[in-house]
Amino acid sequence: MTTATLVDERVARTSTLTKLLKRPEIGALVAAIAIFTFFAVTTDVFATPSGASTWLRGASTIGIMAVAVALLMIGGEFDLSAGAMTGFTGLVVGVLTTEYGLNIWVAILVSLVLALAVGFINGLLVMKTGLPSFIVTLGTFFVLQGIDLAGTKALIGQVAIQGMSNVPHYDQAKKLFGSSITVDGGLVYASIFWWLGVTAVATWVLLRTRTGNWIFSVGGAQTAARQIGVPVMKTKIGLFMTTAGAGWLVGMLLLFTTSTVQSNTGVGQEFIFIICAVVGGCLMTGGYGSAIGAAFGALIYGMVNQGIVYSGWDNNWLKAFLGVMLLGAVLLNEWVRKRAETAG
Amino acid sequence: MNATTNPDPTSTSTPTAPPARGTTVVEVRGIGKRYGNIIALSDVSTSVRAGEVTCVLGDNGAGKSTFIKILAGAHEHSDGELLIDGVPVHLSSPRAALELGIATVYQDLAVVPLMPVWRNFFLGSEVVKGVGPFKKLDIEFMKKTTKSELAAMGIDLRDVDQPIGTLSGGERQCVAIARAVYFGARVLILDEPTAALGVKQSGVVLKYIAKARERGLGVVFITHNPHHAYPVGDRFMLLRRGKSMGDFPKAEMTLEDLTSMMAGGSELESIAHELEKSMGADSKVAQDMKAEIT
Repeated sequence: MTTATLVDERVARTSTLTKLLKRPEIGALVAAIAIFTFFAVTTDVFATPSGASTWLRGASTIGIMAVAVALLMIGGEFDLSAGAMTGFTGLVVGVLTTEYGLNIWVAILVSLVLALAVGFINGLLVMKTGLPSFIVTLGTFFVLQGIDLAGTKALIGQVAIQGMSNVPHYDQAKKLFGSSITVDGGLVYASIFWWLGVTAVATWVLLRTRTGNWIFSVGGAQTAARQIGVPVMKTKIGLFMTTAGAGWLVGMLLLFTTSTVQSNTGVGQEFIFIICAVVGGCLMTGGYGSAIGAAFGALIYGMVNQGIVYSGWDNNWLKAFLGVMLLGAVLLNEWVRKRAETAG
Repeated sequence: MNATTNPDPTSTSTPTAPPARGTTVVEVRGIGKRYGNIIALSDVSTSVRAGEVTCVLGDNGAGKSTFIKILAGAHEHSDGELLIDGVPVHLSSPRAALELGIATVYQDLAVVPLMPVWRNFFLGSEVVKGVGPFKKLDIEFMKKTTKSELAAMGIDLRDVDQPIGTLSGGERQCVAIARAVYFGARVLILDEPTAALGVKQSGVVLKYIAKARERGLGVVFITHNPHHAYPVGDRFMLLRRGKSMGDFPKAEMTLEDLTSMMAGGSELESIAHELEKSMGADSKVAQDMKAEIT
C-alpha cells in the first residue's frame, strides 16, 4: 500500500480480448453457442423452426425470472420465493375469475398488487431485521407454497384451475400474455417478446441509469453505499418488488399460454433461476453480474432441457448437467472476479 | 426506485456560495451521544471554520468515531447542540449532511471495490441526461470529469474504467477526497486518512488537506498522530474516554504540548505506577517505563 501514487509505466496495456473476457456474460454466451451447435448437429429437429419454438418458449419464462433474480443477486440478495410466486399469481387470477366471477383485468391487477406486496414484505423484513435474505425468502416460499396448495384446495376443491378459457374477456388477456405468431412454421410465443423486453430494460437500467449504479453498489459494499448517500433501503426493497413483479408476469404468461395453472406450479424452480443468473456471470456475493448473462443462462437451460428430449436421453440427466454448469460457472466467475480486481 | 433526490447533481455542490474564510460553518456545543445507558460521548464543543483545519485527536475508543458519525449524519446526537451556519440541526442521514455541504471520507473510504473508478467517483450523485423515465447516465462526461479531477490531484489513471479495488490505498484515499471536493463540500470530514498509510503517502494526503484548506473548505481531520495533525491544523480538539480535554487554537499549542497531551502525561504516570505494583518496582518493564516519562 505504501508504493505507487502514480500508476502508469508499471501497468501493461489491456488487450481488447482481455477486456472482452472481463465481461460477466461472456462465459454464458460461449457455452450457449457451443450447446446450440452440439444439439443442432446431433439431432434433426433441434434447429428447425418448430423445434426452436419449443425450447425458446421454455427458456423465455425461466429467462424473465432469471433476469430479475440476477438484478437482485447483483444487489446482494436472494429470493427463494420467486418460483412459488409464479404459481401464486396465476392461481389468484384463476380462482378470482373462475370461482368468484371477478373481471379478468381486475383479477390480474389484484394479483399484481399482491405480488408486489409480498416483494415489499420480503425486502422490508430483510432490511429491518438484517437477516440473510436466504432465510427470509425461504420463509415466504413456504408460506406461498402452503397457500397455493391448501388455499386453492379450500376455495375451489381442486388442485388446478379449470374453465379458464370460458371466463369473459379471456381472449383479451390471452392476446397480451398467451398468444403466438407463426414464423417460418414455428410458433413464437408472446412470452419470448416479454423475455426480450425484460432483458433489454434490465440491461439498460443496470448499465445506464442511476438505479443501476445503486444496485451494483448495494451489492458490492452496502455500508460504503449508505455512507456515500445511496438510498440502500429503497434500492433493495425495489429489487425484491421487481423479482415479485417478474413472478407475476411469468404467472400470467403461464396461465394464459396453457389456460390452466396447478397448485404446485413454479415450486422447485427458484434454484434454476439462481443457477441461470450465476451461469450468466452473477457473483453469489453480489456486486457483479449481468442481466443479458442471465438471459443466456436461461437460454442454455431451455436448450439443454429440450435437447435432451430430442436426443432421446433420460430426462433426469438435465439435473446432473445443471449441477456441472453451476460449478463450472462459479469457478469461472471467481477467476474472472479475481482478474478484474487485480489486473488493470 | 426512481431518482427522486438530487435530479441535478450540481445542486449538491455549493448549497450556498462558499463562505468567507474564517466564518464558522459548523459549531458543536456540549454535544453528546448515549446508546441506551452507554455514554459514548459527552460535552464536546468545537467549531469548524471555512479555510481552517480542525483536528480531532484521541486514542482508540476516545469517541472520535462517534463524534464524526454525528457530524456525518450517521447518528443523531442525544445531547447538546449542532449548529450549521448558526442554525441548530439534527442530521438524520448521510444524505442530509451531504445536502448541507458536509462530506465525509471514511477510514474504509466508502468505495465499492468491484465498481469502476468513475462509477465510484459519482456514486450517489450520478450525472444524468434526458427526460422523465429515459434519464440516463452521462457516462462520457463522468469518465472525463473523473479523469481530469484525479489528474488535478496528481493521480494519472490510464483507465478510469478499472475497478477501484485495483488502486493502492493512498490513491483510493485521494479519489475519495477528490470526490468530496468536486461535489462542493464546504466541510470535509476525514476519518483517520493517514492511519493505514506509509510515511510518503501520508505526506501526499496531508498535502491534499492543505490544498482543501486553501480552497476555503473547512476540514475536520481525525487522527491519533499529533505529528500529522500539527503541521496542517488550525485548531485542536482532544478527546479522551468520550470527553473533551479541551479545544485549542494553534496559537495556544506547541507540538510538544499536543504530543504530551495526546500521550497523556498523567495517564502514563499512572500506568507506570500500576506496572510497578503488579510487576515489582525493580522489574525491567517498570524501570523502562519510568525512565521514559521522567
